[in-house]
Amino acid sequence: MEKLVLLKDTAVPMPMEDIDTDQIIPARFLKAIDKKGFGDNLFYDWRYDKNDKPNSSFILNNPIYSGSILVAGKNFGCGSSREHAAWALFGYGFRVVISSYFADIFKGNALNNGLLPLQVSPEYLDLILDRLSTDPNTEIEVNLEEQYVQLLPDGHREKFEIDDYKKMCLLNGYDDIDYLLSLEDKIKDFESNRSYVHKTIRK
Amino acid sequence: MGKTLFDKIWDAHVVHAVNASQEVLYIDRHFIHEVTSPQAFAGLRDRGIGLFRKDQTVATADHNVPTINQHLPIEEPLSRIQVETLTKNCAEFDVNLFGLGHENQGIVHVIGPELGITQPGMTIVCGDSHTSTHGAFGTIAFGIGTSQVEQVFATQTLLVSKPKKMRINIEGQLSEGVLSKDIILYLLAKLTAGGGTGYFIEYAGEAIESLSMEARMTICNMSIEMGARGGLIAPDQKTFDYIQGRDYAPSGQEWTEALAYWKTLKTDSDAEFDLEYTFQASDIEPMVTYGTNPGMGLKVTENIPSGLSSSKQESFSKSLEYMGLQADQPIQGLAIQNVFIGSCTNSRMEDLRIAAKYVQGKKVKEGVRAMIVPGSQQVSKQAIAEGLDKIFTEAGFEFREAGCSACLGMNEDKIPMGEYCVSTSNRNFEGRQGPGARTILASPLTAAAAAIHGKIVDPREN
Ligand code: SF4
Repeated sequence: MEKLVLLKDTAVPMPMEDIDTDQIIPARFLKAIDKKGFGDNLFYDWRYDKNDKPNSSFILNNPIYSGSILVAGKNFGCGSSREHAAWALFGYGFRVVISSYFADIFKGNALNNGLLPLQVSPEYLDLILDRLSTDPNTEIEVNLEEQYVQLLPDGHREKFEIDDYKKMCLLNGYDDIDYLLSLEDKIKDFESNRSYVHKTIRK
Repeated sequence: MGKTLFDKIWDAHVVHAVNASQEVLYIDRHFIHEVTSPQAFAGLRDRGIGLFRKDQTVATADHNVPTINQHLPIEEPLSRIQVETLTKNCAEFDVNLFGLGHENQGIVHVIGPELGITQPGMTIVCGDSHTSTHGAFGTIAFGIGTSQVEQVFATQTLLVSKPKKMRINIEGQLSEGVLSKDIILYLLAKLTAGGGTGYFIEYAGEAIESLSMEARMTICNMSIEMGARGGLIAPDQKTFDYIQGRDYAPSGQEWTEALAYWKTLKTDSDAEFDLEYTFQASDIEPMVTYGTNPGMGLKVTENIPSGLSSSKQESFSKSLEYMGLQADQPIQGLAIQNVFIGSCTNSRMEDLRIAAKYVQGKKVKEGVRAMIVPGSQQVSKQAIAEGLDKIFTEAGFEFREAGCSACLGMNEDKIPMGEYCVSTSNRNFEGRQGPGARTILASPLTAAAAAIHGKIVDPREN
C-alpha cells in the first residue's frame, strides 16, 4: 500500500449527497480479475454520454478543476461493498476524499487502499465547497500526522478524527493483513477456547 | 445491565482488542462469489499462503451467470473469465464450490440459509453488502471489501470497529396485501438511505415475530440500504424449524447442543440501545420507490413529494429527472415496460408463490416484459415441482434460471435505457439494472400486479 503523509493540492468538488458505489464504478466494469484499470471507468455513466463521449457538464471533464482531493456531499460511498470503488478513485489519482459522512464499508475499503476518507463537519464541508466554487484553484492541505485539513489561502483549518491504528497504517503504508497474520497464535487460542463452536461445514 | 443480542454474539467472537475502537473479530462462515474474490485469491498467491480455515468457506457463482442455457459456456467473454477464474481458484485453494451447473448453485444469500449453513449466533461475512440477509437467523452478518476477503482467507478474522446499536420495533399486525418488503421500504422512506449509518439494527416487535423466515430475510437484506452495517432478528422456534433437517444443519447430539445455545440468543430485557424506533404495522401499506435511492419511497397511493430538505434538493431534482417523473405526481397509474421478480431480496419460494397466486389465470399486459428469476437451483426445482413455472409462462412471464440477473445487470438481463422496471430487488440506483434503466422497487405482489396491468397499481384493489 502507498504511504500518505502530507498532501497539498487542488480539489474537485462534487456536492451531491448519497453518491453510491454504483455511480463511482458501475457494475458492468467489475468483471476484471485484477485491481488495475478501474480509474478509466470512474464515474463512467456521469462522465460519458450514451455514445461514450465525454459529458462536458460533469465536473471531472471540466478542465478548471483538478487535483488529488475529491470533496463530496454527505454519505459518500453508500450502496454496494465493491472495493472497486476505492480502486477506481485511487486509480484515477485521488488520494483523499473529503465529506461530512462516509458509508462504513466504503470507508474501510478506502483505508485499506491508501485512500484517506476524511470526515469534516457539515459547516467546514460547506466552506470548502464554497471556496472551490469561487476559486477552483484553491489549495487544500491535508496533514495526516497532525490530523488537520486546511484551506491554504487563509489558513482556515479543522482537525479531523482517525483511528490511531488506521493512521499508523496509512503513514507507513501497512495493511491490515500483515497485522492479522502476526496474530496467528492468538487466533488459534481463541478457536480452542470457545464455549460453543459451530461445526465445520465441509461435506 | 443486560446485553443485546448483538452484544452477545459480538463479544463471543472478539479475539483481541487492538485499541479502544478496533477489534479482531473471529469469522465463522465466509461466503465468496466470482466478482469480489479474484483479487483476494491473487493476494494470497502473492504472499505464498493458503486459506487458514478453508472448511469454513463456501463459494458460488451468481452475479455474472446467464439465466438461460446455463448448461452452455457463458457467451460474454469477461463474465466467462470471471466465473472460470473462480472455479480455478477454488480448485487451487481447495474451496467448496457450488458453481454453475451444481444443484446447490444460486445467489449466495439464498443458498446459505437454504443449505442450513447460516445458523444463529454465527459471524458471517461475504464480499457483498447484502450479506446482511443472514441476520434473519440471529447472526452478525455483514458485507466486506475485497481486501477483507483476503484477510478472512488468510486469518479467519477481521479488524473491525464495533457499530452502535439500534432497535426498530414494529408493533401490531400487517394488513392484507402488505408484505415484509413493504415494511423495509417503509422504514427506508421514514429513516432515509443514510438513517442507519454506523448502526447494527435489531428488528423486533409483534409484526416481525409473525413473519416467516423468508420474509425476515427480505427485511434484513435491505438493512444495508439504510446505511446500517447489518440487521438481525432474534432466533425463535420458526428459525429452529427452518434450519432443522437442512443439508448442513447439525443433527443428533450436535442439534441438541446447538439448540440449547441458540435459545440463549436474545436481547435481555434491561439491555440498552443507542437508538430505538417504534412503528405501527397498521400504518404500513404497499410501497414503491420513485427516486434513485431506496430511501425515496412512498405508499403506492401517495403522490411524489414536492421536494426534500434543502441539502437533498439537488439529489432530489437529479433523481426525478433521471426517473422521468415530476414532483407531486401520483405514482399509481404510471405505465411500466418491465417487471423483474428476483434477487436476494425476493426470489425465494414464498415470493414466487405469492406472485404465482396473483397471476394465475391472468395475462401479462401487452408490451410488458416480465421475468421471474429464482434465487437458486433448489428454488427453481421446487417451483417447477409445484407447477409455478407453468402458471408464470402461461401468464406470459419468462421463467429463467437462477442468478442475480437484472438486479445489477452484469449478465445479459438488462433493462433498456429509459424504460421503467418494477423490480423486487433492493437498489434503484441510476444505471443499476442497465445504463439509463429506471427502477421502481416493490414487493413481489406489487410487481406481479404491475406486470398484469402494465402500470403501477395498488395490489390490494386490483
Ligand atoms: S441479487 Fe443483487 S443484491 Fe443480491 S447478491 Fe446478487 S447482485 Fe447483489
